[in-house]
Amino acid sequence: MTPRFLRGFWKLTWLETKIFTREPMGFVGTLVMPLLVFIALGRAFSLGKPAVAPPVDMPFNAAILAAVLIAISAVQSLTAIISIYREGGILKRLRSTPLSPVTIMGAQVVVKLGFTVISLALLVLAGKRLFPGVMQVNVFSFTLAVLLGTFSILSLGFVLASLVPTARFAQPIGALVLYPMLALSGLFFPVARLPHWLEAIAYVLPVTHAVALMNGVWDGSGWSAHLVNVAALLILFAVFTAISTKVFRWE
Amino acid sequence: MSLEVFEGEIFGLIGPNGAGKTTTMECVEGNRVPDKGTIKVLGLDPRRDAHALRQRIGVQHQEAQLQKRIKVWEAVDLWRSLYDRAVVDSDALLARLGLEPKRNAWFMTLSGGQKQRLFIALALIHEPEVVFLDELTTGLDPQARRAIWSLVTGIRDRGTTVFLTTHLMEEAEKLCDRVAIIEHGRIIECGTPAELVHKHCPERAVVFTSDDANVAQRMARVGVVVGSNGNASMYTIVGAGDDFVTDVINLIAREGIRVRGFRTEMPTLEDVFLKLTGHGIRD
Repeated sequence: MTPRFLRGFWKLTWLETKIFTREPMGFVGTLVMPLLVFIALGRAFSLGKPAVAPPVDMPFNAAILAAVLIAISAVQSLTAIISIYREGGILKRLRSTPLSPVTIMGAQVVVKLGFTVISLALLVLAGKRLFPGVMQVNVFSFTLAVLLGTFSILSLGFVLASLVPTARFAQPIGALVLYPMLALSGLFFPVARLPHWLEAIAYVLPVTHAVALMNGVWDGSGWSAHLVNVAALLILFAVFTAISTKVFRWE
Repeated sequence: MSLEVFEGEIFGLIGPNGAGKTTTMECVEGNRVPDKGTIKVLGLDPRRDAHALRQRIGVQHQEAQLQKRIKVWEAVDLWRSLYDRAVVDSDALLARLGLEPKRNAWFMTLSGGQKQRLFIALALIHEPEVVFLDELTTGLDPQARRAIWSLVTGIRDRGTTVFLTTHLMEEAEKLCDRVAIIEHGRIIECGTPAELVHKHCPERAVVFTSDDANVAQRMARVGVVVGSNGNASMYTIVGAGDDFVTDVINLIAREGIRVRGFRTEMPTLEDVFLKLTGHGIRD
């Protein structure tokens, strides 16, 4: 006998994947937008090309920015889908079948993680082709770091999805929460340079730890040097999941 | 509130919007926690035995949609995979509900009636013992509504118990074997539609037109003759009881009154509702 939560899980996951690809806007936004940001920035800063003029140092890692954008767009998309499903009574309808709540939400998470992997693959391919010499990172390790970060930020997405009153607010509220997190993440300037109170906030945000971990994997200091970030991502995941099971609304 | 639904019947919970129909139904389905009281469905507790019960009941929620871009066959396929005992031939089910040509259509492209038929298909996919249908025909045109009615009757005839809610009295009267009238969360009456009409609204009326003289005078022997709507040759005679219409016909025959048109007006569930609650169902 299959465990209860697995019943319908892969079928629902595959179905939600197909449904997602049928919506051109969400599909393009998730897969193409971060890639375009990466390519545009890479070109602007002449990544991987012998510098003719004195090289302009890129103030941040464009690949990591793109990876974080991928994670953030996954969260935005999850928040939007859940609020649309709630408003349309789709969650209610799914819930009165033998599907367990874990299955219904788990399928959405797996779809988002799947598209995160595809986006990353596109990013790496584009990087290797367009900016040779830049993508020296261990792709497997980097993907794992991005996935862990995405997973943790997705749990925040469930809290957001519980808080947004209607589907119409999902996108703006998501942006309002997620983009400041990106600004404080340490990607553009070191967290230590922030005022103390902002620094304190930055350390309880998952994006900060995701960026630190990705930076670490990128520059080769490895996972062992960033166990604190890994632990923080896992703890934040547990906390957000606990909060969302308390505040989540099915209808 | 206390009510019992018998095996193999179509039972209707009727009342105005906000009376507590959906709340009651959701408690019975196990989708809502009642403040107090006990509910048994097929001998199971809807909350405690929710998982076992979901395998045996089918539920259609009011105003609950599906994913906009899910195809009809995909929804049927998903639902089918969730139950231990799913119908062998889902294509036959789709055909029976007239959805065969829409197999590959996205949910969002279906008409209101097609969506409702799909919901019925999903609620029936596992041949449930009890099916719950909440306001199934709300927002449908009369033709689609009638089509749904015959589907629901068909479900009952195949042995499934149907528990439905509606605020349409005509629907309740045509479709339900028994109804309970609910208002402000209380059941104020329960029985077959005919019983309720018989009990609460025994009055009936005969309306006919005649150019003969002294008709009103002569007809006053069997019932009360009321206004003729400004039409001098039109008569409405009001009385009560099962024999009233026969009495009127007999009198017309005995008196030799020439009648041009003749019809009876029977009270409906709507009249019962008006009488019991003091207001119309849509007020």
